[in-house]
Amino acid sequence: MASMRDIKRRRASIQSTEQITKAMKLVSTVKLQKSRERAEESAPYFDLMYDTIRSILRRSGKLDHKYLKTGASNKKAVVVITSNRGLAGGYNNNIVRLVSQSEALPAADTYVYAIGRKGKDGLVRKGYTIKADYSEVINQPMYRDASDITYELLDAFSRGKIGEIYLAYTFFKNTVVHVPKLVKLLPLDASDPENDLSHDELMMNYEPNEDEVLSAIIPKYMSSLIYGGLLQAAASENGARMTAMDSATSNAEEMIEELSLQYNQARQSSITQELTEIIAGANAIG
Amino acid sequence: MAELFTLQIITPDRIFYDQPVEMVELTTTEGQMGIYARHIPLTAVVSPGILTIHQEDGPREAALMSGFIQVLPEKVTILAEVAEWPEDIDENRAKEAKARAERRLKSGSPEVDMARAEMALKRAIVRLEVSK
Repeated sequence: MASMRDIKRRRASIQSTEQITKAMKLVSTVKLQKSRERAEESAPYFDLMYDTIRSILRRSGKLDHKYLKTGASNKKAVVVITSNRGLAGGYNNNIVRLVSQSEALPAADTYVYAIGRKGKDGLVRKGYTIKADYSEVINQPMYRDASDITYELLDAFSRGKIGEIYLAYTFFKNTVVHVPKLVKLLPLDASDPENDLSHDELMMNYEPNEDEVLSAIIPKYMSSLIYGGLLQAAASENGARMTAMDSATSNAEEMIEELSLQYNQARQSSITQELTEIIAGANAIG
Repeated sequence: MAELFTLQIITPDRIFYDQPVEMVELTTTEGQMGIYARHIPLTAVVSPGILTIHQEDGPREAALMSGFIQVLPEKVTILAEVAEWPEDIDENRAKEAKARAERRLKSGSPEVDMARAEMALKRAIVRLEVSK
């Protein structure tokens, strides 16, 4: 049996770990509330953007637009949103696995635009090429950042450096459920499964024309997708960390309880032993 | 009195404006535009300019930078990447931005992205105009 001193030391160390995990849980709970609010506030903008794009595509049928076609290059770009800090359970690992296991994104032909250090490091280990690193962005996501990244991506796309653009992020379903997602940003998929004109009879006019409007809207659509992804990811990160820290805290509590029991047992048996020795000694003298 | 319609202005961060109005004026890539209720359905691209909202109790101005507008007979929605009320605008910053953009345009060096610099100049001018 471990000595009393060892048990005591171990218990103290777990206790201080518990303090840390508890504090981190509280911090991420507060952060989660904030980031969830922001994610929810951005939803109407994104939803309307999506509807508008869909209705343009639905109405205009076969548009021959550069953003609707796969680029000439077989290289692909993926924007990977993870966190800069660990201790968030499987949060970062899930995204890395999602990207490295997807058939659309082989390591040799994929450029990674990393947002978040953890995902970047993970993908480097898997042999991916990091094209750009915007890790600072995830600490304080701003729409401006998303449009800057979009500008870079579209520039590379128009110059034929990349043929397809993807976005990998964690969708925040609720506090405990976060779903890693991989979505294709470009080329835009014009074939809509619910491709019927019946439910909107209004004849929309586009100024100056569909093509121009599409050229102007698609970059904004991408920015809003990336921005939405950033906010969702920030909320998911805090949610994941909160859950991870919660279970770490309860694990620590369990261990402390067990060690306290062991400690008491050890203490009792050492007292018993001491007593036995004293009595034996007294008997020998007497 | 003019008929009212709902005007919604949504930015990525918040719902900027959502109220019934009489008329709204703004700048699109095709020029200035004024919209009353029962306009034909229309989608257009916004270019930097002053947005004037005519409410029942008088006009109100804001700076509208980029985005697009969707007009339906009873409802107008503006998806704005950037929209600001006069009180949100930092006049000194806008002045600086204007000077910077002008300098960049004048330099004419090949690294300068002319289109971007021009947009920056336009934005600064709109901001200054609205904040007056």
